[in-house]
Amino acid sequence: MTVTTDSVRSALEVDKVESHLHPAGSFEVADHEAPTGREEIWRFTPLKRLKGLHADAEFMRSATSCTWNTPAGVRIEGVSGDEARSLRGISGLVPNTRWAARVLAEVPSSLLIDVPADTEVAEPIVVDLDGEDVSVTEAGHVAMRFGAHSKAIVVLNHTGSSTIAAVVEIAVGDGADVSVVSIQDWADDAVHLSHHQARVGRDATYKHAAISFGGDVVRMDANVTYDGPGGSAELLGLYFADAGQHIEHRIFADHNAPRTKSHAVYKGALQGEKAHTVWVGNVLIRKVAEGIETYEENRNLVLTDGCQADSIPNLEIETGEIEGAGHASATARFDDEQLFYLQSRGISEQEAQRLVVHGFFNDLIRQVGVPSIEDRLMKTVEAELAKNVLREDAS
Amino acid sequence: MSKLEINDLRVSVDTEDGPKEILKGVTLTINDGETHAIMGPNGSGKSTLAYSIAGHPKYTITGGTVTLDGDDVLAMTVDERARAGLFLAMQYPVEVPGVSVSNFLRTAKTAIDGEAPKLRTWVKDVNGVLEQLNLDPTFASRSVNEGFSGGEKKRHEIAQLELLDPKVAVLDETDSGLDIDALKIVSEGVNRFKADGDKGVLLITHYTRILRYIKPDFVHVFVDGRVAEEGGPELADQLESEGYDKYVKAAAAS
Ligand SMILES: Nc1ncnc2c1ncn2[C@@H]1O[C@H](COP(=O)(O)OP(=O)(O)OP(=O)(O)O)[C@@H](O)[C@H]1O
Ligand SMILES: [Mg+2]
Repeated sequence: MTVTTDSVRSALEVDKVESHLHPAGSFEVADHEAPTGREEIWRFTPLKRLKGLHADAEFMRSATSCTWNTPAGVRIEGVSGDEARSLRGISGLVPNTRWAARVLAEVPSSLLIDVPADTEVAEPIVVDLDGEDVSVTEAGHVAMRFGAHSKAIVVLNHTGSSTIAAVVEIAVGDGADVSVVSIQDWADDAVHLSHHQARVGRDATYKHAAISFGGDVVRMDANVTYDGPGGSAELLGLYFADAGQHIEHRIFADHNAPRTKSHAVYKGALQGEKAHTVWVGNVLIRKVAEGIETYEENRNLVLTDGCQADSIPNLEIETGEIEGAGHASATARFDDEQLFYLQSRGISEQEAQRLVVHGFFNDLIRQVGVPSIEDRLMKTVEAELAKNVLREDAS
Repeated sequence: MSKLEINDLRVSVDTEDGPKEILKGVTLTINDGETHAIMGPNGSGKSTLAYSIAGHPKYTITGGTVTLDGDDVLAMTVDERARAGLFLAMQYPVEVPGVSVSNFLRTAKTAIDGEAPKLRTWVKDVNGVLEQLNLDPTFASRSVNEGFSGGEKKRHEIAQLELLDPKVAVLDETDSGLDIDALKIVSEGVNRFKADGDKGVLLITHYTRILRYIKPDFVHVFVDGRVAEEGGPELADQLESEGYDKYVKAAAAS
């Protein structure tokens, strides 16, 4: 793959346009207008295909089943009323979109995942969300609360057909070690708009992995702020877009505390007519955030003609006192030299392409660090490849 | 049997100003069991010859033939050439991130043999070859060529040569960038490969020092896309003392 690594300076040029990283949020739905598509944060998203989720679609009775396991020491349940209301904003989220404000204001219940302080949960908490009716427009709120020095892995596993807007709030206590993995393995017609907001406590470690394969439109904003110095966030993403699919991932690491870290790696593959992926990597280093480290990287592998991968790193720096800041962004086709090398050892072109794509994702899959889903991800990559690259009649 | 015949091979590359001819009629026959050294100055087209034999897509064949035991090599795809028994140890081996050496070797061996190698003996074979080439066993789990030193890349090429066991090996400057110990280790690997007796070797090099360890039967001086002179091992000694000057001047004058 041809790789271009730019210096911080070139990312800074992007910021000649007015910053969009300081929105004045509000819980009041009336304070937000429905987007037109011209806004910076909406310009890539095909609003017409969102079935009104971004605007004023009715949030109907859910047609998405939700089941989970409950490891010892953890409380997981649907809550409503005052308790649900008390969970709105536990990640520090103040909505900057109409749809997120609506979710917080209008959805009567929340799924609470509560891991008390000092609790270590070895077994991953897996929440299966399986959509049954794509004509039902719906919304959900998930609140994850990880107490100080707790340790846990949560997997949100999306399958089936849904049209759903979801706000996921994640409060990571001081010194906690938390992984949240969200797998979008939807059927072809699903529409999924989501906002994951995490607040990372002092000296806490937070890993977020966004994995998107299925769906007609999948857009996820994965944001992080810090609740004190020393917090560390790793934002991982893996996506594979087929013909006609729109997969959009935006991240925002808001360094609002000193000596915090963010490290983002998103990798995607695209195949088929009008496969479209978007990655927007926002990093803001506020004036107080001295001594931080940030690195973000997005790589796209374009497997066939007719695909489009947009990749926009955006770094805004308000202090000169940083440890390190960098980014890399690259979109490439198969590297002829790699394929030639493999083929020169007798390996067929298809098999060579297969090796290269697996190799492209391998490290990332390992970094997700959940053994029980590693194998599944490998298989899903294989299944995606079977649709195009490895098709019998593919030339 | 392993007879590689190159006849009047002409090759060009696409440049911004149109196609540029690099090989201007190369004729060379490597018979069963022979080792041929090709020596020539920078830019004379040695790698072009090697890549053209292997089928690199960058090069356009504009004339001539290449056959392996009578079969038309130029009509084959890159992987077919390898399966027919050709091997190219590259001057600049390519990194393949995320693909482990062991996975790569097993996939290649399976492709060449048409069946997966027996697990038990295969692991032993791989470890044995790595050890003989003084490569740490952890090598097998590293990504192909990624982060390898120059010398490790070259030794990894020779490990493949030994494991895939082709009919004819083209070695493109496998000696460059090696210290004297590594040069000996690599040469021993090539000699083990040759020990079967009927293997052909085309050894491309700048320097005569590797010829102390791998004995050529023939030496060809390569200048400006052609073989300018041919002889026995003594020609290498002459090049060592006199350099390529007279051949380069003669080529420029013609
Ligand atoms: N894309 C290209 N455009 C122009 N010239 C090219 C291109 N590719 C190769 N060449 C030229 O072809 C010639 C032969 O290159 P080649 O790599 O075969 O030489 P070589 O003999 O292997 O050199 P070295 O000893 O440095 O390895 C060189 O002059 C090189 O610049
Ligand atoms: Mg060369």
